[in-house]
Amino acid sequence: MKTTTLRGLGRVAAAGLLGALTALPASAASPIKVGLLLPSSGVFAGLGKDQDISFQMALEDFGDEVGGRKIVLVRADTESKPNSGLAAAKKLILRDRADVLVGVISSGVLGAVRDYVDGAKVPLIVTNAGNDDITGEKCSPWILRSSFSNDQIVREMGPWMARAGYKRVFLMAFDYAGGHQLMDSFRKGFVAAGGEIAGEEYPPLGETKDFGPYLAKLKAAEPDAAFVFFAGGPAIKFVKEYAAFGLKDTVKLAGPGWLTSALYVGKQGADAEGTLSILNYVPSIDSAENKGFQERFRAKHGRDASEFGVAAYDAARLVIEALQATGGATDDRQALVAAMHRVQFNGPRGPFRIDPATNNVIQNIYISEVEKIGDTYGAVVKEVRPNVQDAPNGCSKPF
Amino acid sequence: MLLDPQFLVIQVLNGLQLSALLFLLAVGLSVVFGLMNFINLAHGTLYMLGAYFAVAVAGAFDSFWAALVLAPLGVAVVGAVAHVTLFRRLQSAGPMKQVLVTFGLIFVGFDVVRIVWGRLPHTVPTPETLAGSVQILGETYPTYRLFIIGVGLAVLVALHLGLDRTRLGAVVRAGVDDRTMVAALGINVELVFFAVFCLGCWLAGLAGVVAAPVFSVFPGMDMSVLILALIVVVLGGPGSLWGAALGALVIGMADTFGQVMFPAFASVTIYALMAAILLFKPGGLVPVRPSH
Repeated sequence: MKTTTLRGLGRVAAAGLLGALTALPASAASPIKVGLLLPSSGVFAGLGKDQDISFQMALEDFGDEVGGRKIVLVRADTESKPNSGLAAAKKLILRDRADVLVGVISSGVLGAVRDYVDGAKVPLIVTNAGNDDITGEKCSPWILRSSFSNDQIVREMGPWMARAGYKRVFLMAFDYAGGHQLMDSFRKGFVAAGGEIAGEEYPPLGETKDFGPYLAKLKAAEPDAAFVFFAGGPAIKFVKEYAAFGLKDTVKLAGPGWLTSALYVGKQGADAEGTLSILNYVPSIDSAENKGFQERFRAKHGRDASEFGVAAYDAARLVIEALQATGGATDDRQALVAAMHRVQFNGPRGPFRIDPATNNVIQNIYISEVEKIGDTYGAVVKEVRPNVQDAPNGCSKPF
Repeated sequence: MLLDPQFLVIQVLNGLQLSALLFLLAVGLSVVFGLMNFINLAHGTLYMLGAYFAVAVAGAFDSFWAALVLAPLGVAVVGAVAHVTLFRRLQSAGPMKQVLVTFGLIFVGFDVVRIVWGRLPHTVPTPETLAGSVQILGETYPTYRLFIIGVGLAVLVALHLGLDRTRLGAVVRAGVDDRTMVAALGINVELVFFAVFCLGCWLAGLAGVVAAPVFSVFPGMDMSVLILALIVVVLGGPGSLWGAALGALVIGMADTFGQVMFPAFASVTIYALMAAILLFKPGGLVPVRPSH
C-alpha cells in the first residue's frame, strides 16, 4: 500500500514538473553552448582577444537567440600551447558540454586538438590556424575553417609577382611548419611562372634575437624582391629593420598580409609604405557590407577591425545561420554540419561559403599595397582573385 | 658569400653591435665574479628589467633619452636591494647555494615581468635622432646600431680609465688579486664590492635599455643573452676587463656569422669555439690570476 502511495506521489510530482517545464517561456529552454577555444595568454593572446570581441559583435548583429534557445559562450584558454590547447578542448567538450567549438589561433594547437575533436564528433570552426593538412590529408568531417589555408593565401602571389617583373625573389620565414608551408606554396607558383629564387633563410622561431645578419645575407643576394612571412611583434620589427638597412627602396618587400596587418601597420608607419601583401581581407575593401561592419567595429572599439576579427565574425554568422536552418536544434550534429555547408552570405571580405569537398572556406583573395591613407597607413587593394578555394586534395570524410 | 664585400661590411658591423651588448652585460658579471667569487645567474634578469623599465619610462615620458638615464638607475637600485637583502648573506655560502638562489631569481623575474607587462612582446621606438641610416663604405646601415657600438666603446674606455687611473680602480684590481691582503690594509672591501656590484647592475640595465629598440622585449629575453654572457666571462677570463671585451668580440662575431653561414650548426659554433679556446688557454683569453 505504502509503495503505491509513493508511486502515486511520484507521478503527481512528475506531472507537476512537466507542467512547469512546458509553462516556462521558450527562451528558458537549454541554451546553445558555443565553446571559444582561444588563447587569453601566451604569444597569441592579443589575437585571441580580437577574435573574442568580434565573435560577440556578431552575436549582437545577427541575434543570439535561435529557435527559442539562447546562444551562450563558454571559454577555455589554450595559452597558445599545444598541450594546454588540448586540455582546453577537453574541458569545453566534456565539462561544459559545448555544442560547437570556435577558435584556434596557432597551427600547433590545431594539430594537437585535431584527433580529439574528430573523435568527439563536435563541430569545430577554425578561425585562424592555416595548416594545409587540416583541410587536406588530415581533414575531418567535424572540422570546418572560416579563416584560410596557407596555400589558399599565397598560391596566387608567385605568378602575380613574376608577371609584375620581379624575376629574382628572396624568401624568409621562421623555421617551423607554417613558415615552410607558406614559402613552398609561393615558390611553386613563382618558379612555374618563370621566376628564380635568389636565396632563402629560415631563422629559428622564437629565439631570433636580431634580423640584422639575415638582412645582410638578403642584401648580398641582390634580389628584385623579398617574399617574407612574419606576424605580430617580429613583423613590426622586421619591417622597421628592413627600412633601416636601406632595403625598402631597393628590394621590393612582399608577403602574406600579416606582415603589415591592420592591427599594427600604423606602428610600422612610413617604413611599411610600398609593401605588397596578399591576404583574404584588408579593412579598405570597398563594399557596403565591409563599410558597415568597419563602422560598427570602430564605434565600439575605436580602431579598424583586422582579418583576425573578420574570421571570427564570419564564423559566428556561419554558426547562427546554420542554427537558424536547423531551428536551433543541435542534437543531430551531422545535420548541423550539413546546414553549415549550405550557408552562404556576403560578409566583410566578400562572398563567404564553406567548400563541402574540403571544409575550407571559399573566399576572395586580395593583392594590395601599403599606402598612406589620410594621416595613417593601410593596405589598398590592387587586384582581387574571386572565390579562391583549395584544390581537391583527395580528402574523403565520411561522418 | 664570405668574400662578398657588401655582406662582410654589414655583417662585421652587426657582429660589433652584438659584441658591444655582450660586453656591457658580461663586464659586470665578470668583475663581480672575479672580485667576490659570486656567481649571479640573475644578471640576465637585470638586463631584462632594464629593457622593461625602458618600455615603461619611454612610454611615460615619450622619450628614449629619459629611459636611457632612468632605467639603468632603476636596475641598479633593484640590484642594491637584492644585494643587501639576499646576496650579502650568500657570499660565504659557497657556489652551490649562490647558483640555486640566483637561478631561482631568474624565475621570479620572469613571472614578475609577465604579471606586470604581460607575455606579448613590447617594442621601444628608436629615438628620432638615431632613427635613420648612414652610409658606411657604400653600405646603408642603421644609425641606431652604430650608436650601440659607440656605447660599448665608450663604456670600455671609461672603465679602463676608471680601473687604471683611480684609487677605487686600484682597490678593485688589488681586491681581485688578493682580497684578504686588501682587507688587512684597512680598506672596507665590503663597501667597495657593493659599489662594484651596483655598477655591474647599472651596466646590465644599460645593456637592456640600449638593446630594447633592436630586439623585442618579452619575458624570457634574458635567457639567450645570459648564456652568451656567461660564455664571454669564461672565455675572457673572470675578473678581467679586457678579457670581457675580447671575449665579447669573439662570441659576438661567431654568433653573427655562424647563424647565417652555418645555420645548421648555429648553436654549436659558439660552444665549439669556447671549448677550443679553453683547451689551449684554460684561464681564458686574458687570465687575471695565474691558473693554479
